Amino acid sequence: MNAPSAPASQPANTEKSRLALKDTGPSGHKAGATRLSLGPLLYYWSREDTLAFYEAAATWPVDSIYLGETVCSRRRLLRLPDWLELAEKLTAAGKEVVLSTQTLIESESDLKALRKQVADGRFLVEANEWGAVRLLAEQGAPFVAGPTLNAYNPDTLALLGELGAKRWVPSVEMPREMLAAMAVPEGMETELFAYGRLPLAFSARCFTARHYNLQKDDCQFRCLDHPDGLTMRTRESEDFLTINGIQTQSAKVMSLAHRLDELRAAGVDILRLSPQSTRMGRVVEVFRALLNGDIAAAAAPEKLDKLMPGQPCDGYWLGEAGMAYRPT
Amino acid sequence: MPALLELICPAGSLPALKAAVDNGADGVYLGLKDNTNARNFSGLNFDAKSLAEGIRYAHGKKVKVLMALNTYPQPATLARWHQAVDTAATSGIDAIILADPGLMAYARKNHPNLRLHLSVQGSATSYEAVNFYRERFGIQRAVLPRVLSLPQVENVVKHTDVEIELFGFGGLCVMVEGRCLLSSYACGDSPNTFGACSPGHAVRWQQTPKGMETRLNGVLIDRYADNEKAGYPTLCKGRFDVQGETYYALEEPTSLNSMEMLPEMARLGIAAIKIEGRQRSPAYVAQVTQVWRAAIDAVKKDQAAFKPNPAWMAQLNKVSEGSMHTLGAYYRPWK
Repeated sequence: MNAPSAPASQPANTEKSRLALKDTGPSGHKAGATRLSLGPLLYYWSREDTLAFYEAAATWPVDSIYLGETVCSRRRLLRLPDWLELAEKLTAAGKEVVLSTQTLIESESDLKALRKQVADGRFLVEANEWGAVRLLAEQGAPFVAGPTLNAYNPDTLALLGELGAKRWVPSVEMPREMLAAMAVPEGMETELFAYGRLPLAFSARCFTARHYNLQKDDCQFRCLDHPDGLTMRTRESEDFLTINGIQTQSAKVMSLAHRLDELRAAGVDILRLSPQSTRMGRVVEVFRALLNGDIAAAAAPEKLDKLMPGQPCDGYWLGEAGMAYRPT
Repeated sequence: MPALLELICPAGSLPALKAAVDNGADGVYLGLKDNTNARNFSGLNFDAKSLAEGIRYAHGKKVKVLMALNTYPQPATLARWHQAVDTAATSGIDAIILADPGLMAYARKNHPNLRLHLSVQGSATSYEAVNFYRERFGIQRAVLPRVLSLPQVENVVKHTDVEIELFGFGGLCVMVEGRCLLSSYACGDSPNTFGACSPGHAVRWQQTPKGMETRLNGVLIDRYADNEKAGYPTLCKGRFDVQGETYYALEEPTSLNSMEMLPEMARLGIAAIKIEGRQRSPAYVAQVTQVWRAAIDAVKKDQAAFKPNPAWMAQLNKVSEGSMHTLGAYYRPWK
């Protein structure tokens, strides 16, 4: 298991962390090899496409794969037994599998599905709201604290550790300085959203159904027609956001590949890559080549930009507007 | 007797607090002048002096004062949130409204007698989540995000001892509170950490040949023809283009008004109704408080016969964003 980085993860004042970021390269960092994960699929694809995607993913150089529906309870082309079957296959292929829970729990049937997912017990679970945390802690099961738990400070992170979190994923808006100043409990891993359209907001309303003048309860599963979401442009044709059912994402694609040294210095153990419908295997390959030192960080943008479904951004990491981009 | 339909009103300033108290609020909620609360706008909120005066005024008329400390503390400035909790505890605040579990742990440990409410920013939409905060920190009330239908609210109420507070009127967040980063994506400041959505410093209004344009950090949120009234560029309430169609892609500029559901809320045993609007004027607070006081009194007198008085609704519509209102998620087809 990776030990969290000593210089970056101890409680530090901001000034000190800034210095650490500036001066400490990967060589000065004692953490083990940085790993790659494939985040949960945020879109709704046909059963065939979803299964084909994961069949391919089994051969990609990722260490962990997150499975399950995190966005909308109406998306049921794959049900828990299907995800579990997939989980077994991917485990057999050498991947660590994590089951991700739904982010917005509204109904008793949502809770029922959540309880089943938690009760299975064969796989690590990523909790995406505090009801899931309660259930997992009751069971004494170790878990991954997902990005929507809003752990913005060491006290909350320590609490998650007490409750059984062995890994945490910071909010996608967390800047590097805040991350570097977080005291990560001993033995807890840090996984950061490092590539993909940013999941920014959740609503009870389905914006895809709204676009088609349909009610959510009769949405006709229009998400299936938009494998990378629906782009929302400003009235001067700037790509701004992406509609994905009840979720709103960025139109730009967060990419931190060119900032690998900073990620390592801030104590990141795992880079999360968020699935997109095409060229995902090639995205994974670029990140793997980067981690292996086969390509330089500075060369990553040129390779990745061609594979992205939108323009790149990295503003959140820099403490700026999320949509900003500063390719060093 | 358990609380039932307490009227909780916004106090963005001392005059607004007095307006709420004088017009029939059972409780007011306020925040300090910094990013420890989710209405961190310049010119709003309380310092030590106005806080003391506000508490004295409200308590003199038997009105409770709640303090919102509902943003997420961050490592470099954690002490500010701790200090705010200490201030609340020593100044006679009746309850603090928190979103962050770490801060709840601090409050519980250092001020075990201080009453804790779970903020809407805590994003708890199920009784499993609400009961988590109950077991761990002894919260006594939870404010639910504006995403559940009334039958879903009923299911939460049935499975918890925690009092449930619902939003009744005011600005409508279309997203789950605490789970929306649209503002920081566009301009760097989010409600979670900075305490404001679409903050004033990022807003620009500009008259152009194409019409009045409103921008947030340069992003065009909307453009208005001469015969349209330009609204504040809250970014989820702008007009955008999706597949060649320009419309309010997320939500219209509209306010929540759940008044017609009051009898149902009374039947469910909802402890309190929250009025949004700490950023609004004392005159607004006075008017809205007065109307809701009358409505809640009418419901308590006779649930079955209750009907929103058309004069009340007209008064509320007059002050609503875009002069429109919606039942929001309480009414399932809105979703």
